[in-house]
Amino acid sequence: MTTLSPTRTVGLVARREFTTRVRSKAFVLSTLLIIGLLAGYVLLFSFIGKSSAIKVGLAGQSTGISAPLTAITGKLGKEVQTTTVNDQNDGEQQVRSGKLDVLVSGALDAPKVTVKSSLDPALQQALTELVRQQAIQGALAQNGLKPNVLDAAQSVTVRPKVLEPEDPEQGQKTVLAYIVGMVLFISIQTFGVAVAQGVVEEKSSRVVEILLATIRPWQLLLGKVIGIGASGLIQVLAIGVAGVALGRASGMLTLTDFAVGAVASAVGWYLVGFFLYAVLLAAAGSLVSRQEELQSVITPVTLLPVLGFVVGINLTLRNPADPISAVLSMVPFFTPTLMPARIALGVAPLWQVVLALVLAVGCIALFTWLGGKVYGNAVLRTGSRVKLRDALR
Amino acid sequence: MTWNSLQERKTAVAEGVLEIDRISKRYGDVVALRDMTFDVRAGELFGFVGSNGAGKTTTMRIALGVLAADSGEVRWSGRPVDLEIRRHIGYMPEERGLYPKMKARDQLVYLAELHGLSTSDAQRAADSWLDRLGLTARRDEEVQKLSLGNQQRVQLAAALVHDPAVLVLDEPFSGLDPVAVDVMSEVLREKAASGVPVVFSSHQLDLVERLCDRVGIIRSGQMVACGGVGELRESGPLRLTVDAPRAQPGWTAGLAGVSEVGVHGTVTTVELAEGADDQEVLAAALRTGPVREFSRLRPTLTELYRNVVSQEKAS
Repeated sequence: MTTLSPTRTVGLVARREFTTRVRSKAFVLSTLLIIGLLAGYVLLFSFIGKSSAIKVGLAGQSTGISAPLTAITGKLGKEVQTTTVNDQNDGEQQVRSGKLDVLVSGALDAPKVTVKSSLDPALQQALTELVRQQAIQGALAQNGLKPNVLDAAQSVTVRPKVLEPEDPEQGQKTVLAYIVGMVLFISIQTFGVAVAQGVVEEKSSRVVEILLATIRPWQLLLGKVIGIGASGLIQVLAIGVAGVALGRASGMLTLTDFAVGAVASAVGWYLVGFFLYAVLLAAAGSLVSRQEELQSVITPVTLLPVLGFVVGINLTLRNPADPISAVLSMVPFFTPTLMPARIALGVAPLWQVVLALVLAVGCIALFTWLGGKVYGNAVLRTGSRVKLRDALR
Repeated sequence: MTWNSLQERKTAVAEGVLEIDRISKRYGDVVALRDMTFDVRAGELFGFVGSNGAGKTTTMRIALGVLAADSGEVRWSGRPVDLEIRRHIGYMPEERGLYPKMKARDQLVYLAELHGLSTSDAQRAADSWLDRLGLTARRDEEVQKLSLGNQQRVQLAAALVHDPAVLVLDEPFSGLDPVAVDVMSEVLREKAASGVPVVFSSHQLDLVERLCDRVGIIRSGQMVACGGVGELRESGPLRLTVDAPRAQPGWTAGLAGVSEVGVHGTVTTVELAEGADDQEVLAAALRTGPVREFSRLRPTLTELYRNVVSQEKAS
């Protein structure tokens, strides 16, 4: 027999935790479920994205306005899909049945517009514009002027000086931020709570007494945290890779490099968040001896990230530059979900990221010390719930 | 100090002896152990008896380091027991415990590795104990799905799988069926025969009497009697049974230091005070007529134990 090094001891514990979890049905199913939800989300959005175009049927002379109509509505931020219909009657039929949203027929300078109940204001504006142009050109022609004399005047527009140019990828980034924040939040909660459950499992099954007759409490705790953390890491990675692949395949995600960067940093933040909560949750778990009692001791710890996430992510998504969300994202308890969301939005300056990281790592050190102390004092006391005050002595 | 250098020292001082030296433990105002002292020699089976709450489990938990003593020391081969030495102790806690959802073999391999065996040695040891205890067919079943008897066997294997140099077992026989009791007894004897000090607690006094080389009886956290089973039985006041069919009641009256404790038919039982002569009792009996039986009566462990417990109630 050789001397057992602490590294091997911790490694053995971690390996058991990791393989037990990764092989479990719950782990495989939850990973597939989250990826499935992502796929559903992607599918839903690509469907909504396509169906949001206004379907315009053109009949008679109006068939000629297809190109200019699409161009003008495009400028107004609306997408239209034009089709040619046989005649007025056929068109009206299709509007009634909902196949078409709008039917345009009749002469170019006085088109007849048929809708089921209401006309989209942007489309109305575009059609009015078109009709006006037709009228002006008709008038010019009647007065012997070339239609293009007004082209120069037409092309005069107001060009604003843009101080903060709008990011054309803002939409993608918002979705990315939301998903990153959500996945991190779920993973940190799930695997953090798994640590607490693991601690209680060892207490309730009494196996902890056999274990601690041969290894030290900190070795058991550290091995457990590393093993469960690693299984969570595998899940986060799988979700990240699947998410980027899905986004690309569906065409929703065009910013591949940016997304890969955001996902990679999210994996790092998962580790920060997991370690931040895992030791606290393990300490909380060590206070009780039965799974039924677990909820009451971990709720104070699990509620914090919920609060931070719900408040923070809403503020952030409503206004990426929101100063309160910037402050919240630097509070260690909220950092692991909010900061990566803000990074995914592209609104987190480097100094904020670094400050948040330093604060979070400092907190991890503090919690590890405190949590290790509570765990070491409480884990062998079976029976009634151990008071926190006694465990801290 | 490394394991190997400890092995070399074994020959020098108190070779392989587990010493419990003046251990005390209080819980608030309650004294759980007061100067608990005994030792278990290499190759010896030591039975630890006492009523519930007397301090058996507390003593064992302190020896295994899962509980800290207020004072006193536990030594093995003359060295205070530390984590390194504990790795060579086989332990079966009072409250049985294994991972319920882990397969029997995986569990044993894991525990053997935690006790310092390499993975391949751990697998070999696990397989050999599973085989020995008739669990080979169940090796890949979750512990929670095993019958209670088989769970107990896995638990015993867990205490033995790392080839321990010391065995500390808290109530190893409780809840075992008769066949399992035989298996357990055999394994414990075998471990002791290989030079391992074995200490176990039990309420089954007949079993302790049959199995153990020495016995410790504890009461209220203190060792009140400790020694070989024969030795302890000798230690009480001497009793004699005399079958003298023609003796009249009260025939023992007048014999110095002799008091009658019971009469069953023609058989009289007497207790002799310190220094009283049993031959005078025989002579007195012969004066009444024929004597069919005359024997020294040794109390059983159960009687000794009852004696101790009744003293506890009196005090």
